[in-house]
Amino acid sequence: MAITDATIEYVAALAKLDLTDEEKERAKVDLGNIIGYVDTMNRLDTTGIEPMSHVFAYNNVFREDVVTNGPDRENILANAPEEKDGGFKVPRTVE
Amino acid sequence: MDITSLSALELGKKIKAGEVTVEEAVRAQLDKIKARDSVYNCYVTVMEEEALKRAAIVQKKIDAGELDDSPLAGVPVAIKDNICTKGVLTSCSSKIMSNFLPPYDATVIERLEAAGAVVIGKVNMDEFAMGSTTETSYYGPTKNPWDTDRVPGGSSGGAAAAVAAEEAWYALGSDTGGSIRQPSSFCGVTGIKPTYGSVSRYGLIAYASSLDQIGPIARNVSDCAAVLETIAAYDAKDSTSVQMEDYHFTEALVDDVKGLRIGIPKGYLGEGLDPEVKEAVLAAAKTLEAKGASVEMFDMDMVDYAIPAYYVIASAEASSNLSRFDGVKYGYRTPDFEDLQDVYKKTRDEGFGMEVKRRMMIGAFVLSSGYYDAYYIKALQVKALIKKGFDEAFEKYDIILGPTAPTTALKMGENLSDPLKMYLGDIYTVSVNLAGLPGISLPCGIDSQGLPIGVQMIGQAFSEKILIRAAYAFEQTRNYERPACVKGGEQA
Amino acid sequence: MREYETVIGLEVHCELATKTKIFCGCTTEFGGEPNTHVCPVCAGMPGTLPVLNKQVVEYALAAGIALNCDITQHCKFDRKNYFYPDLPKAYQISQLYLPICRNGHVDIEVDGVKKSVGIHEIHMEEDAGKLIHDEWEDCTIVDYNRCGVPLIEIVSEPDMRSADEVIAYLEKLRLILQYLGVSDCKMQEGSLRADINLSVREVGSEKLGTRTEMKNMNSFKAIARAIEGEKNRQIELLEDGKAVIQETRRWDDNKCASYAMRSKEDAQDYRYFPDPDLPPVSISDAWLVRVRAAQPELRDEKCTRYVTEYELPEYDAQILTASKKLADIFETTVAICHKPKEVSNWLMVETMRLLKVNEMDPEDLKFSPENLAKLIGLVDGGAINRPVAKEVFEKIFTDNIDPEIYVEENGLKIEADDGVLRSTIEGIVAANPQSVADYRAGKKKAIGFLVGQTMKAMKGKADPGMVNKILAEILNQ
Repeated sequence: MAITDATIEYVAALAKLDLTDEEKERAKVDLGNIIGYVDTMNRLDTTGIEPMSHVFAYNNVFREDVVTNGPDRENILANAPEEKDGGFKVPRTVE
Repeated sequence: MDITSLSALELGKKIKAGEVTVEEAVRAQLDKIKARDSVYNCYVTVMEEEALKRAAIVQKKIDAGELDDSPLAGVPVAIKDNICTKGVLTSCSSKIMSNFLPPYDATVIERLEAAGAVVIGKVNMDEFAMGSTTETSYYGPTKNPWDTDRVPGGSSGGAAAAVAAEEAWYALGSDTGGSIRQPSSFCGVTGIKPTYGSVSRYGLIAYASSLDQIGPIARNVSDCAAVLETIAAYDAKDSTSVQMEDYHFTEALVDDVKGLRIGIPKGYLGEGLDPEVKEAVLAAAKTLEAKGASVEMFDMDMVDYAIPAYYVIASAEASSNLSRFDGVKYGYRTPDFEDLQDVYKKTRDEGFGMEVKRRMMIGAFVLSSGYYDAYYIKALQVKALIKKGFDEAFEKYDIILGPTAPTTALKMGENLSDPLKMYLGDIYTVSVNLAGLPGISLPCGIDSQGLPIGVQMIGQAFSEKILIRAAYAFEQTRNYERPACVKGGEQA
Repeated sequence: MREYETVIGLEVHCELATKTKIFCGCTTEFGGEPNTHVCPVCAGMPGTLPVLNKQVVEYALAAGIALNCDITQHCKFDRKNYFYPDLPKAYQISQLYLPICRNGHVDIEVDGVKKSVGIHEIHMEEDAGKLIHDEWEDCTIVDYNRCGVPLIEIVSEPDMRSADEVIAYLEKLRLILQYLGVSDCKMQEGSLRADINLSVREVGSEKLGTRTEMKNMNSFKAIARAIEGEKNRQIELLEDGKAVIQETRRWDDNKCASYAMRSKEDAQDYRYFPDPDLPPVSISDAWLVRVRAAQPELRDEKCTRYVTEYELPEYDAQILTASKKLADIFETTVAICHKPKEVSNWLMVETMRLLKVNEMDPEDLKFSPENLAKLIGLVDGGAINRPVAKEVFEKIFTDNIDPEIYVEENGLKIEADDGVLRSTIEGIVAANPQSVADYRAGKKKAIGFLVGQTMKAMKGKADPGMVNKILAEILNQ
């Protein structure tokens, strides 16, 4: 799998990164090497192997439907870069 | 006597006996940090004021007999900077979190404090735990106390170096692909990566959620066992937390390995392994054999595929986990923006270092439309095969033994320019995380350059007691080696 | 012009009626000051982890069973990754690969024609926060109160062909969900939201046309208008030889027009993958049996039962069961007073009238069945007459007053003392010799005037029957 300029543009956009040209060039080389190495997995025949997302076979971890939290706005907003009227302030979102 | 050279349990005993007060312990540690940390840069935050305040509270509880069951009561601890501490900077050694004061404590902090621990500071790491050298920290690299031209390993490099340099009696690190074991190996200390699910991840800022696990780093196996006994517990706040049958890890501190079956994967001794490391690891196996264990070499497949699978899975999860750092709710925000997209892109571009960006891009790539099956699903299949390989091995062996890392501590800057080369150094550690198993690294020798060598033991899921017993028995055959800087108690 | 057929599929988001959010113990209560129903987990603080609310699974299962779905007995959660300020983790926990329910259907009827609408799937997910646009500062304020409120998304097959079918489907869906107690389905509060996927094709064509997705409709009427508008827009495009572009459009109900939402800057690649923080959900046969057994009576069954058990006319049964709230009030009131016809009358006539006057939905009713039952008891026992009862009912409707206390305090009881009534009537008779003469001369209608005068003198607190009886006695002496 070759990593092209377009690939880098695409993944940088998905990751919301505003890379400089220099960074893009470097990323292209690094990702190319890494993905090339990762491709060695293809030597392994995994036909019929169930992909394993959870390493242990547990399931049904639930909580009961009981309110445990009260208002905590001060703490929630304490780290906000900008706040207004009890909310997080961001530049206008486009609709 | 310099109390900072004691083990954590020894100090705990002296505090209980009234020979040392908690405040004296805290002050002694603060003095050491002040004296040495300008050299090693282990700490991101030293909590002088908070620690002294807390020392008084803990002392009262000890005096009142409330902490009689906590052998580590009053002993100060250093915490990796990706574990949330209420009201205290938790930066993940990243610019993007360089102002983040969590409004809550991680579960492990609550557990430690309930047992009378005094958090003395937050220690340095590779940015967001991505790296094996602690060079990618926004706060500058940590240096290896054995040789300041060398890295302490990573990502829990600050934790391991602090313990080795006696700037901490013990520390909590996190291990996603070797981040506790490898720096422990590089710094000549002991670290345990517990079974996935045995220690709560609540409050651990996630790198790769399916692989991350918090664990202890200390100067011996007993201290690690005592810390693990304190922090391991089922936690309803972590859905991947598991209730273990037995948490009495210190009961396993028994010098007896008779009948213990040890397997060494041939693939762990192959190309790329430093001969001196190989020799020391095999000698460790011989020592255990001499104490009554059986040792056997065996073929374990998949060793070559662990790193590719690991980097796909870890990067994929990281790309998702780290998306929340967007300059809206917490952390750094670019000062220079016109619109929302600017806030996102500039904040993230300015806030993250190159290695983190690289992994987020790899992660975005392997999950992206058209590549998901070829990379992500494939990696999950490889993971299943790796797990299967271990399961089969554990039918024959109680412990799998091998090196922790292919080499001893590397020179600073050696791997920074070549990420792939750095990734390959994780060859013996990552599969343990993929399979969710417990692993321990402890010192087994010193190489010709005077650097510590680590041996790794891997156990079955939830078999920490067997692992601790084997490690303890091996440890009894050696003396704890201190780096030159602390040997005389002189320098720095 | 060629003849076109409209093809419509719906994605319905429905907020579940749990007390707490899907992954944390914050309240789901609607409203509240911004960010007061928020904790570190639903604010996406680093280090926090989700823990699944079991009730969400229970509700999703109940909905799936009622909508005739196959249940995915081993289901799991996936992360849908995208950046937007209303999504604090920058991913939404949802289900893509193994949704909890699949392959269901809903039967609808439009103008007497029955039809089955397929349900493609139902999945569980978390709601996003709210963005408040601040015109003054030209910025956006983010409120996470709604963030993490549990949703089920019900995805239909493209089986609907008209606005009428869509409305019938939505109404049916709403009733089922309300009856199950799974959701209150209040469109105004956003607890029921529908996105419309619509395309047109020439009649007879097998191939589906290019579809658009429309968002932002907050009433059934708006949905009907939006469908009409979008259908016409697409047909016009095709008639002009232009192509329909696959896009998301926003319906502006005030302008009665839709417009394309500015396409997101980046390609929509959500990079779904299984959420490593959440173990899978395994639904055993025993669990399913339990949910099935606990399924409440749904509308159609209830309607039939009202006709047979309470002997209500089919029409009344239909009206009463058209709202779960109304049916609940009906049944509870009947259980207290055992007068189904009386209760039905109060609900069908006065309640409906007042709802209309006040522009309210049955779901907004606040009065207690106990008070309605008491009122019926008062009328029945002859304590108050019907005109007074109506007046008292208005009070019950608006303020849920206790009618017994209210009648007592306001002295509205029928004057039971025969002596007082008799002497009042005697006074009226004495004061109106002309009317008395007319009556006695054979103009029997003249008694009406005397009854009216008596009622006036009694301030309404007399039983008209009794007044008539006494008057007749006196006049016929």
